[in-house]
Amino acid sequence: MNLRALLKALTGKQDSKEVAKERLRLVLVHDRASVAPEFLDKIKEEIVCVISKYMEIDEAQTVINMHHAEGTAILEANLAIKNIRRNLR
Amino acid sequence: MGEVIVITSGKGGVGKTTTTANLGVGLALHNKKVVLIDADIGLRNLDVVMGLENRIVYDLVAVVEGHCRTKQALIRDKRYENLYLLPAAQTRDKNAVSPEQMRKLCAELKEDYDYILVDCPAGIEQGFRNAIAGADQAIIVTTPEVSAVRDADRIIGLLEAEELKARLLINRLRPDMVKRGDMMDIDDIVEILAIELIGVIPDDEKIIVSTNRGEPVAANANNSLSGQAYINVAKRILGESVAFLDLYQNQSFFSRLKKLIGFGS
Repeated sequence: MNLRALLKALTGKQDSKEVAKERLRLVLVHDRASVAPEFLDKIKEEIVCVISKYMEIDEAQTVINMHHAEGTAILEANLAIKNIRRNLR
Repeated sequence: MGEVIVITSGKGGVGKTTTTANLGVGLALHNKKVVLIDADIGLRNLDVVMGLENRIVYDLVAVVEGHCRTKQALIRDKRYENLYLLPAAQTRDKNAVSPEQMRKLCAELKEDYDYILVDCPAGIEQGFRNAIAGADQAIIVTTPEVSAVRDADRIIGLLEAEELKARLLINRLRPDMVKRGDMMDIDDIVEILAIELIGVIPDDEKIIVSTNRGEPVAANANNSLSGQAYINVAKRILGESVAFLDLYQNQSFFSRLKKLIGFGS
């Protein structure tokens, strides 16, 4: 370990290039998703389709969006359940 | 039949115009007939980078509006065998030209020239739409900075939607900063953008000196690493496979000293 690496380890400071990469990754996830508005709609459509096999979903009240929290991008889906099918097993 | 290549970036100030000028010189030095089009209407710049600002008579808008023939507006760069510039209009705005007119102009120039390089304005509005309209492929210029890479990503998305083949040129790389972990490396950027790399140009004071004089560095490639790097990109455009320059070889005395005392990587 050379002096620079040792200093970094001691101060717990990350290389600025690593910080840049992480920030870029996050911002691009968000950019790419929001640039194509049909992107989230498509995901929503397919999620509803899968869940509908098991539950009756109120599509009008279903919301899907993307946001950042603590260094990761999060896809959040809130699905309103109208009814759960009885004949599942 | 020639090929139209648009030089674009999204973000301003990353080196589109310098790149256009140097690739034009590089291709002309390889005996290709080349036209450079400055598509940045209202903010003409390619003429001064080329050192041709005193010879402008007609411009891009005059051509598309039919005030002159295309050939009359082309300024021949006397220093090279086959290099021409079609300057932008300085007094008009980006709406003076339409994508349809650019397509027509590019198609006409392709008949007589091998390469038509279009210097695209910054941004993603009308000027960008015009510049890419007649293009067969694109070179996206970025620098190793978060903002420039982000904008490059946006441009890649827009070009993909147009089904334009695009390759990446990383400009102003500083090997010393990469080494000490303060600048994103080539691999980092290529991985993030997931696009083919066509070249890497090191940060070089000689670019500023050459722009001061209006003589692109590629004209005297032996004098500078950036000039060599541009010549290599020109060769790759021509389909040659050229190894990427080792930008980490030329270490200064100072960085060697730092390494010696264990302060470099």
